[in-house]
Amino acid sequence: MQKIPYVLYFALFVFLLLFEVAKAKDDIPEFFVPPPPFSEGIFPCSGCHKGMEVNTNRRELSYHEDIKLKHFDGWCLDCHNPNDRDKLRLASGKVIPFTESYYLCGQCHGDIFRDWKAGVHGKRTGMWNGKKEYRLCVHCHWPHQPRFRPLEPLPPPVNPEDNKYKKVTQDQIPLNPVNNISDKLR
Amino acid sequence: MAKLLQLIKNFLVTLKFITKGSRWYYGWLAFLLFLITSGILSYIKQIDQGMILTNMRDQVSWGLYISNFTFLVGVAAAAVLLVIPAYLYNFKPIKEIVLFGEMLAITAIIMCLLFIVADLGRPERAWHILPIIGAMHFPDSLLAWDVVVLNGYLIINSIVVFYVLYRLSIGKDYKMSVIWPIVVISIPWAISIHTVTAFLYNGLSARPFWNASILAPRFIASALCSGPALMLIIFQIVRKASSIEIADTAIFKIAELIAYAMGINLFLFGAEVFKEFYSGSVHLAPMEYLYFGLHGHSSLVIWMWLALIFNITAFILFLRPKTRENFFTLNLACALIITGVYIEKGMGLIIPGFIPSVLGEIYEYGPSGIEKSITVGIWAAGALVFTLFLKFALPVYTGQLRFKTLGSHSEE
Amino acid sequence: MPKEIKNNILQKPFSRRALLKGGALGLASLALPVGNADASVWEAFLQKHFKEMNDDELQSVIKRMEKEYAEKYNVNFNIKSTKPLPGTLFGYGLDVSRCIGCRRCVYACVKENNQSMEPQIHWITVLRFKKGEKWVSSLEEAEVYYAPPEVPEEGHFYMPVQCQQCENPPCVKVCPTQATWKERDGIVVVDYNWCIGCRYCMAACPYGARHFNWGQPNRAKQEYNTETHYLGNRPRYKGVVEKCTFCIQRTRENPGRYPACVEICPVGARKFGNLLDPDSEIRYCIENKRVFRLKEDLNTSPKFYYFFAT
Repeated sequence: MQKIPYVLYFALFVFLLLFEVAKAKDDIPEFFVPPPPFSEGIFPCSGCHKGMEVNTNRRELSYHEDIKLKHFDGWCLDCHNPNDRDKLRLASGKVIPFTESYYLCGQCHGDIFRDWKAGVHGKRTGMWNGKKEYRLCVHCHWPHQPRFRPLEPLPPPVNPEDNKYKKVTQDQIPLNPVNNISDKLR
Repeated sequence: MAKLLQLIKNFLVTLKFITKGSRWYYGWLAFLLFLITSGILSYIKQIDQGMILTNMRDQVSWGLYISNFTFLVGVAAAAVLLVIPAYLYNFKPIKEIVLFGEMLAITAIIMCLLFIVADLGRPERAWHILPIIGAMHFPDSLLAWDVVVLNGYLIINSIVVFYVLYRLSIGKDYKMSVIWPIVVISIPWAISIHTVTAFLYNGLSARPFWNASILAPRFIASALCSGPALMLIIFQIVRKASSIEIADTAIFKIAELIAYAMGINLFLFGAEVFKEFYSGSVHLAPMEYLYFGLHGHSSLVIWMWLALIFNITAFILFLRPKTRENFFTLNLACALIITGVYIEKGMGLIIPGFIPSVLGEIYEYGPSGIEKSITVGIWAAGALVFTLFLKFALPVYTGQLRFKTLGSHSEE
Repeated sequence: MPKEIKNNILQKPFSRRALLKGGALGLASLALPVGNADASVWEAFLQKHFKEMNDDELQSVIKRMEKEYAEKYNVNFNIKSTKPLPGTLFGYGLDVSRCIGCRRCVYACVKENNQSMEPQIHWITVLRFKKGEKWVSSLEEAEVYYAPPEVPEEGHFYMPVQCQQCENPPCVKVCPTQATWKERDGIVVVDYNWCIGCRYCMAACPYGARHFNWGQPNRAKQEYNTETHYLGNRPRYKGVVEKCTFCIQRTRENPGRYPACVEICPVGARKFGNLLDPDSEIRYCIENKRVFRLKEDLNTSPKFYYFFAT
């Protein structure tokens, strides 16, 4: 008679644990607007890498010459999974897909990862009280040189000092410069 | 019915009186009408194309119109300087001329209202500000208060002026028992119109230059300089142009009062200058702009120093009995003080409220042609109103114009 | 004075409409040509304050406006009059440490909210400061007209300013005709048909957030956003004041979209949400970040929070 409650307690504990884990997983935003921003024709990596032998030495790359690593003092295989190039690999050895690259970034940038999950770091669109659209870290930060790239600013407002009134016709009205800006981040 | 007929008859008599005059009179009217017409044409243009024709912009959103409005509220309020000695202290020489002060007040209020209308983006909606048919924001908005006190002052003074003139025109003296309660109200009311107008600016914490509690006292002090100075000049013209006796003692007494008012005004100004410059906080910027220029912008500097020199000179001229009782120096002092206060309380008060702007921008405002034309037009309208007032009141005063009342015979 | 009493000014029990119509008709008949005047001109002239209209009156006014706009702009506008969502108080966060001063928000706002392009009206002003210069308490060192080839510039930082949607708005207090007021969800709005254009609110606003239609608002015809709200982005008139409404036409829906400036910001420096919802982004910012509000010494209590994420 007395043993059953213990089992129940244990079951409850396991349940709560699972529930917490599930909840923790829910912290990750559900919906990403664009897929990971690969350079054209680069993915799947296994397309080239499949037959290649893994070379762990640091060296000048002959193919990915556009990539100059200005991030941390690391090397490709700190993040890219050597065995399956279509995946990434965490320091723990866990393999993750490119669509979950935020775990990789979150390894070092824990505070930013936390802010991002709360919707405070990074761009977020959609509904303020409904479905929200997220971006991956790599949508704004090229992982190999993650510093945000400078942009051309849109024109300053008209200075009233040189704002002498003139009557304008329809075709003299300036167009909105934001119309020419694509919503793409990079 | 007979009464109505009588009224119409009296009106025609009045009309005959005010439309008849010398060549100078017609010339003066034509000149004023010309300025008024050009003002109206400019206003029509402003209505048609919008206030973009002014040089006001978001950075400096009030300009010449509101500057003139502020100055003229002071002129209107200044009638009190005559009302107090005339009715409260029964000072005979001033009592004889107090009516002209009140007429000036009425004129000034009318001009104030015209300047406000000129400054509105949607004048046809002005009725929205009224109680009952509109949605007057009383007591929260000081502008609502201003509507109340300005119109109230207009009504009060109109009642006094028209009552006195009416009594005189039928050949009777006015009854003090009728005047007395209105006068008692009008004195604090005169102070209130200028206090409320000062509070209009004073209450805005966004504008540190205005947000100083010394503003209302300074308004009153400077109003008691410029308004009476204007009257002094008008009195001398009246004396020259009509057979009305205006005693020198009245003029000198008013000049003396102006000296005291200017003394207080200069003292309050000094207090403000000390506070701003000695503490040297970030709120110094507008004051610095006014007197020394800010970041290379200094279009008001020369005017402000001029105003200061004018005010101090006038103060000395009014203070010394020798110079205030000499008509040349007296009139010089009047002109200086009117100009000085006009600069100080007009553009010198409104513009630095906006420079630097709340976001730190400096846009140097100067009125556009349209603004100047409308402003001149409104001043001309004021001059016209006052001229017609005088044209009617002077003969009544001197007994040349007498209305027939029922059962009495014309004296003319 | 309790709020209820103050608000009652607009809820007078007797019918003011008859009075108003009679009086104003008499008055205005002097000014307008009666014979050929279009009926809608009269309706517009005699239109009541937004808060005074009942639903039917509002709907007929909206219908009239949609017709007027269609004739004037050759596009069909949809004018909503959505009421505030219950339990909502909007708040805004702006990450000063992230803003790069690219002004995309400025023009996205213009695109969304139908501001005039000529003469130009911007609801957002981006200020540039040199690092180490005076700022916040004195904005005198700020530069509005910067135009480098690229932003962010070395040694500078940026602070966009727009309507701060104060809880204690000085602009509302001073309006002589009650043409501007704070809605229950915290948005300060303007009735463009009631504003008389005295610009007292512009003098009272410490943030330069209010803008006046100095001329006839103009915009290329194809550039109108036709999804509008009565109190928000419907086309404005010459001679009235306008301001940011947190994109009332977007946000006041369930679910409602983020404001346009939030959605365009390339660095995600702009945050928006319900201050009453403890799980909202804006609450996260206030609770976890260093936050300040502009000109807090004036006690306007803005619902616009500047914060530093780093």
